[in-house]
Amino acid sequence: MSIAYSTASALAILAVTATAAAAQSRDNVQIAGSSTVLPYATIVAEAFGENFDFPTPVVESGGSSTGLRRFCEGVGETTTDIANSSRPIRESEIATCAENGVTEIIEVRIGYDGIVFASDINGPSFEFTPADWYQALAAELPMDGAMIANPNTAWNEVNPDLPAQEIAAFIPGTRHGTREVFDEKVILQGCEDSGAYEAILDINGGDEDAAEETCMSIRGDGVSVDIDGDYTETLARISANPEGIGVFGLSFYQNNTASLQVATMNDVVPSTETIASGEYPVSRPLFFYIKADHLDVIPGLREYAEFFVSDEIAGPWGPLAAYGLVSDPELAATQAVVANGTTMDAM
Amino acid sequence: MTQSSSLLTADPRTRARNRAEARFRAFGLAAVITGLAALALLVISVIGNGAGAFRQTYLTIPVTLSADRLDPEGNRDPAEMARVTTFGYAPLLAQSLQMHLQAEGIDLTGVSPQALMGMISQEAPAQVRAMVLANPDILGETLELEMLASGRIDGYFKGRVTLESAERDANVSPAQIRLAQAMADAGMMETRWNWAFLTGPDASDQRPEAAGLGVAILGSLYMIGVVLVLALPIGVAASIYLEEFAPKNRLTDIIEVNISNLAAVPSIVFGILGLAIFINLAGLPQSAPIVGGLVLTLMTLPTIIIATRAALRAVPPSIRSAALGLGASKMQAVFHHVLPLAAPGILTGTILGLAQALGETAPLLLIGMVAFVREYPDMPPEGLFDPASALPVQVYNWTQRADPAFVERAAGATIVLLVFLVAMNLIAVLLRRRFERRW
Repeated sequence: MSIAYSTASALAILAVTATAAAAQSRDNVQIAGSSTVLPYATIVAEAFGENFDFPTPVVESGGSSTGLRRFCEGVGETTTDIANSSRPIRESEIATCAENGVTEIIEVRIGYDGIVFASDINGPSFEFTPADWYQALAAELPMDGAMIANPNTAWNEVNPDLPAQEIAAFIPGTRHGTREVFDEKVILQGCEDSGAYEAILDINGGDEDAAEETCMSIRGDGVSVDIDGDYTETLARISANPEGIGVFGLSFYQNNTASLQVATMNDVVPSTETIASGEYPVSRPLFFYIKADHLDVIPGLREYAEFFVSDEIAGPWGPLAAYGLVSDPELAATQAVVANGTTMDAM
Repeated sequence: MTQSSSLLTADPRTRARNRAEARFRAFGLAAVITGLAALALLVISVIGNGAGAFRQTYLTIPVTLSADRLDPEGNRDPAEMARVTTFGYAPLLAQSLQMHLQAEGIDLTGVSPQALMGMISQEAPAQVRAMVLANPDILGETLELEMLASGRIDGYFKGRVTLESAERDANVSPAQIRLAQAMADAGMMETRWNWAFLTGPDASDQRPEAAGLGVAILGSLYMIGVVLVLALPIGVAASIYLEEFAPKNRLTDIIEVNISNLAAVPSIVFGILGLAIFINLAGLPQSAPIVGGLVLTLMTLPTIIIATRAALRAVPPSIRSAALGLGASKMQAVFHHVLPLAAPGILTGTILGLAQALGETAPLLLIGMVAFVREYPDMPPEGLFDPASALPVQVYNWTQRADPAFVERAAGATIVLLVFLVAMNLIAVLLRRRFERRW
């Protein structure tokens, strides 16, 4: 009897507190999204919690697409306020958002992220061009008017100036936003630079879409390995196979310069300066998206967004730049967008 | 058969059987040794990597809290003083460090003021700012303050960073390392036991030295509490009904099969369910231990029901018959006799279920608990609705961080998780030993 009784009362108490607490409002900012933006968002969240009277925002990772899907689930306290993203929001996602009542979205570009190629610190150094990567990783290369399977197995077969080391590439898997940038800014670029794009057009009769597709298809014979995990996994793969070359974010490389050496691209060493000036070719903007309907409902949301893009934080001398974010030269415009709450369709 | 067999000399068939038995024993022993070796390897690598997380390098220096820098208006009004952010406090600390080192006659060649600032954790300005705002009267004084050293300096005293690696490292220079050694020799810097690893909140990627497990441990305890309060009574009630009262028919068979199936459902499915029902439908908050606890309850229920039914079935029918024969009602027989005898088995099953729930990350992924959370949740019951993290989540988060110092943190968190699991399993074993009855 007593057990049944205490069970019933425990359940009753729990149900009452559940309804009571569900009625009380959320007082912390809720953020989800890209794992590339995550370290920056946590740095800002931590400083925000220390310097303001608001609680530290809760930051989830999980990837840009997951973050935007959660963001688009609707308006209300049980949905996230901010989605971090390492790519611009897609039209289809804006449509999903609108269907669920999220029509007012503020797009905030926080800066740029460099994508670098790094290898084991004790191995030879590399000086790449996009064409080298295309010829090393493409599934098929054009040769005398026909497509042949990629025969290259060592870097010096691709380009005689490169070391005679076996090709072993660790590139981000297709679920990463980084992969899109790698495909477009390295592989496709290399395809065009090397003249292969023209050759493919000759072979397929001028179909440009098909040619781009052919350019960006990566060989599947084990020479290139897709990494679906994080950069820590890529680093572990390189320490296990010192001949490997991995794709990393600039900030990750800067934290691990004791075990990695970075390769140049078109003879430019990647750094926050060369990426900001546009000399280093492989970079992409990072964003976060604010649900405008939450701005005056969730305490601290507006302050967090303004704090994030302030010169003190996102400027070239702030902690984000120190961690590896390439600060946006047009930061003042972004600050105005946040201050005025300019939504996307108003732009 | 011409040859007579003897008990003293084994015939060929006996020898073959003996050989087969010896082989089987060897295989069995080899299997056990392989398992133990794998376990030993795991434990050694985790402890080797993670033991360092329980020790941390601190530096103690006199800090002059310059009043005109920290309170420009001079009114000692905490609201005005709060406008000086942590970024304003950092140079102050570096300056105090520089002056103290010069006074102590320690060579500072090759170490710029920025490099000096880089040797102190970024947690320190926040710590000093909180102290000043809490007590504005200490402005203008010079206090002996203990602060965390930055992650790379700490790494040097733990052997993770060396003079050679510092040459190549963008975040630390050999000059800083030499200075740190000089400070340690002068007694200003020491590496000692670090309670903050167990009690402090998580920290961002720039301060691995300050990251702790406090919020994660609280979150895990809250969730386990919710699971215990919900899963144990529901599970036991369901088992007693199914085992003692329910008629044996097609319906109860279907329920039985479903419970066994539920125990084998991948845990992420419970997370999807939790997101759909508890957050989207019931409107419970995200990242809250209550939702985590409810999801883990659903996941643990089948385990507890199966264990409880096995324990009830193990009580001999003669006990029930004797009770009923003396005129007890069926409910009296169950609650006065069968349940107490089955209790050790039920508790063991429950604890094992809780231990399983403690180590789960996947179902927490979708309900927003795999997150960076720095605020401690309040006391329950309100605290159950505040954001919190969990122990396995913290391990997962730290393995993704870029700074190599987080490898040590992740392994340290694994040690803590293992200690919790071992403790729970030990309690289960002890309870069984203490109360188990055999017939």
